[in-house]
Amino acid sequence: MRHPADYYNPLTIILHWLIALIILGLIVLGFVMTRPSIDPSLQFSLFQWHKSFGILALLLAAIRFIHSLALVRVRPAAGMSPLEHRAAKMMHHALLVLAVGVPLAGWMVASVSPLEIPTFAFNLVVVPHLPVPKSDAAEAWWTMAHAVLAYSMLALVFLHSGAALYHHYRRHDDVLTRIFGGRRHPVKTSIREWRS
Amino acid sequence: MTRKTALFTALLFAVSFPQAGQSAVEVPSLAEVAGRYAITPGSSIAFSVGQVGGGGIKGKFGKFSGTFNLKAGDLAHSMVSFELKPESVMTGQDRIDAFLRSGAVFDSSQFETISFRSEHVEQTGPDSARITGTLTAKGRSMSESFDVTLTAWSGRMIAFNVSGRIFRSRYAMDVGTPIYSNVVQFDMMIKGERN
Repeated sequence: MRHPADYYNPLTIILHWLIALIILGLIVLGFVMTRPSIDPSLQFSLFQWHKSFGILALLLAAIRFIHSLALVRVRPAAGMSPLEHRAAKMMHHALLVLAVGVPLAGWMVASVSPLEIPTFAFNLVVVPHLPVPKSDAAEAWWTMAHAVLAYSMLALVFLHSGAALYHHYRRHDDVLTRIFGGRRHPVKTSIREWRS
Repeated sequence: MTRKTALFTALLFAVSFPQAGQSAVEVPSLAEVAGRYAITPGSSIAFSVGQVGGGGIKGKFGKFSGTFNLKAGDLAHSMVSFELKPESVMTGQDRIDAFLRSGAVFDSSQFETISFRSEHVEQTGPDSARITGTLTAKGRSMSESFDVTLTAWSGRMIAFNVSGRIFRSRYAMDVGTPIYSNVVQFDMMIKGERN
């Protein structure tokens, strides 16, 4: 069950930054590997790295998602209005869902493609295709969906990061520092406000 | 290309040693089949590359040509020459075809042909042989062997099944390994018409 706390536990912090790093790397990789002028051999290799790290991102994001539902959540920072708190919650939920949804959409791209290129994660594990019909049209649709969701998530990451920096430099609260493990100034917030 | 060569060699062997028997095809004598043959368009140059988890890529080449010269009483000096156009590769998937033609694999705009020239023929059975020669692809020449089995013979026409395993890494075509096998399995049906 959820337990309101004043700081994030180490697992949450590690998952947060690991997933953030992988997702940002995947978006950069995804952009580079889809440039029309890229060398075909390099492109193939980059696609396979993208799929390998995508599967890893899906695994970690699923753990993070379940963890966020079942375990610790922190109290909102002091001084946040109910509207700000609601916006923060919506942002966090959206990021948690997209962190799972974007790699799932990528898995669908590989699964519906008539090319049937295996997903051989890190050249170690064959990840089977999802049991879905294959067609060029389905591949094009899921490719578009994967890209739209990924770039939408990137936009949310910028907003999320901007909000954290705003809290740190303007509000001078510990919203940013506590995701780095800081707990020097535990935030005291009423249960009522936390639930709002 | 190489397959055709192998077929020729196999034919030669079969002709040289008809007494070995046990062939699915009535094996003619070498004197009967001696001569120069042209590989006909009705031949088939098929290949497959396995992939992890099963399945793989299967394809064929549509443009090829070649000749073989079966010399009566001198099988070892029989010659096979074969060329194919990698541009003509067909897998049933346009994107895979384009990838195979690109610099990642055949680089067919720079290297327009893949060729095989036989150098040595070794009989392996009453109707089979192994042809060894030089395979040249993407600017690299390597010694390769193909197994040839006589499958049909009717006067002016002769046919062989030719099979061989080629390591594509030897020709700088190993993109995609280990997802796709380094081994390309050739399974060719070479038909020759005597000139």
